Amino acid sequence: MYDVKYEVRILTGNETAAYAAMNSEVRVVAAYPITPATPVVETISRLVEDGKMRAKFIMVESEHSAMAACIGASAAGSRTFTATSSHGLAYMHEMLHWAANARTPIVMAVANRAIGPGWNIWADLGDSLSQRDTGWMQLYCSHNQEIYDTIAMAYRLAENKRILLPAMVCYDGFTLSHTSMPVELTEFVDFLPDYEPVWMLDTEKPFTHGNILPPEEFAELRHNIQKSHDRALRLMEKIEEEFYEIYRRRTPLILEEYKVEDAEKVIVTMGAIGSEAKVAADSLREKKVKVGVVRLKSFRPFPEKHVKKLLEDKKVFVFDRAISPGSGGQLYQELKAALSSTPVKRLSPRVVGIGGIDVTKRTFEKALFERKIWVKEVVS
Amino acid sequence: MKISEMEREEYVLPGNTACHGCPSTVALRTVLKALDGNAVLVIPACCTSVYMGPFPNSAIKVPVFNTAFASAAATASGIKASFELQGRDTEVVVWAGDGGTYDIGLQALSGAAERGEDIIFICYNNEMYSNTGVQRSGATPYGAWTTTTWKGKREHKKDVSELMLAHGIPYVATASIGYLRDLYEKVRTAKQIRGFRYIEILAPCPPGWRFPMDKTIQMGKLAVESGMWVLFESVRGRLRFTGISKSIAEGRRKMKNLEEYLLAQGRFSHLKPEDVEEIRRFVLKKWERLAMFVEGEVDAAVAKFYV
Repeated sequence: MYDVKYEVRILTGNETAAYAAMNSEVRVVAAYPITPATPVVETISRLVEDGKMRAKFIMVESEHSAMAACIGASAAGSRTFTATSSHGLAYMHEMLHWAANARTPIVMAVANRAIGPGWNIWADLGDSLSQRDTGWMQLYCSHNQEIYDTIAMAYRLAENKRILLPAMVCYDGFTLSHTSMPVELTEFVDFLPDYEPVWMLDTEKPFTHGNILPPEEFAELRHNIQKSHDRALRLMEKIEEEFYEIYRRRTPLILEEYKVEDAEKVIVTMGAIGSEAKVAADSLREKKVKVGVVRLKSFRPFPEKHVKKLLEDKKVFVFDRAISPGSGGQLYQELKAALSSTPVKRLSPRVVGIGGIDVTKRTFEKALFERKIWVKEVVS
Repeated sequence: MKISEMEREEYVLPGNTACHGCPSTVALRTVLKALDGNAVLVIPACCTSVYMGPFPNSAIKVPVFNTAFASAAATASGIKASFELQGRDTEVVVWAGDGGTYDIGLQALSGAAERGEDIIFICYNNEMYSNTGVQRSGATPYGAWTTTTWKGKREHKKDVSELMLAHGIPYVATASIGYLRDLYEKVRTAKQIRGFRYIEILAPCPPGWRFPMDKTIQMGKLAVESGMWVLFESVRGRLRFTGISKSIAEGRRKMKNLEEYLLAQGRFSHLKPEDVEEIRRFVLKKWERLAMFVEGEVDAAVAKFYV
């Protein structure tokens, strides 16, 4: 048995992310403030100044530089963390590619927020979903404890010698970032070993990183990243189990399923609204409508086989809190591809919660029985 | 210091893919010798990203980390933070062209300088985007032909070394490919100082500036002799001219005619007399501005730099 030390504190999602970074023994944090992720940066700055977190905190002059500094710190052999949101994430875009191709296992908290204009600071998963092709792993949380656990789990994943990829831990802006919940702040000593870099910049063993790469080698590099994503899915199952063994908390990395087995209709969604979907399912079941929920946790790598197994013969309603204009919700696109053997009429897209519109249990109830794709109001 | 006293070890290897007559390889060779090879180089997109050679080979014998165009100073900040935590005293050195310094890299450079990051930022300035085939940059001088200023640039260059003086960092120096001992000594001086250090090297580029490839070093000397490029060093805010620029500032040496420098380069071959006068006015103003930083040595009001 593990003798796990922990304390329960009431924390916002942002504070939770900061404490998770501290307890994951992060050594370098480079960040830039942006609503609604700013309190992560403020909390870490305080923890470092107070000597509670043994890390270098670099308050850089832009998100592009924040990611660049994280990449440098990681390449120099330190566990590295940052947090951002929305425009900040968009501004990092070039360096997100760089971090993945450079194989630097950075973990980043993303408080999901819409991208302007017009200025909108509220929840919308469009910021991180538009970074889906960068090579980063993407994990979407639905409550604060999950944010805490997932950050440590993300380091286990990212730093694995056969994976070596950066990971985003995403959570809805304000809905989670600014909402206080009880969080068990467990130490991660039994779960997360000290960071042992596979490679690092060292004058004793000089090498050149990132120089010109001919086409064949470049194809090899991209193929290796794809293979690492495939391996990550297998590793996720192991990490989930190991985490449960130590902490007795079931924190999913791949997906969470809820009353799917006997369900006639299944809601598939991601992020904070996944919690609300479970409330809606319970409420509908009282009215004798058999509804289940699949809350996808890992969007990259996309757990194609897992969703196929669960959903192949179900009537599926995909709730996207983001939109890829010209196509549709990103989660819907992915599921449509994953369930290509399922008749299309059994797969219904829904777009909800854009720009921070509250998604209530009644939003789900309404959307399940109306044939409209978009819900653009708060259904109370 | 004599050349024979320079570090013998070579850190830039033959067989690199630089153009013949490339000033950057000569400068980098000198810089890495001055650092005794105890450095990690951070290199944004520039000619060096190409001439270091393709994977899996490398012509540079110290660790090199290539980074995106805009982010050299930020990447170096992260590397240094990591080293400091690990107790490693390796010097982290940015090696960037003028595009990665004056233009797209300026924000990260200014941010790192303001934060006082303990790194050396070296700009090898060839006054244009040479890697992409000679386009204007913020460092391109007035009148110069480039492939985006076909009739000659209509604006003067800005000066990042002066901008770095305004940042109040502990070390700012300029150097020229024409005077490698001066460069070597400046890097040695920078190495003794902690905090953010900035060195800018004038790097005349034969294909970009349109002059024969065996004239690189001479062009570097001519730039200084004609007053177009000024050699100075500022240690913790105390600025002094060095080398031939010092002799010029103290009135012990006359500047060479500006035309001698300009007309040796194809990029200036179309200049009219009034263009040369415009450049002369600009250069003189720069001297007067710099002279104001120097306490006691030069009186800007009475300085007569030109013949």
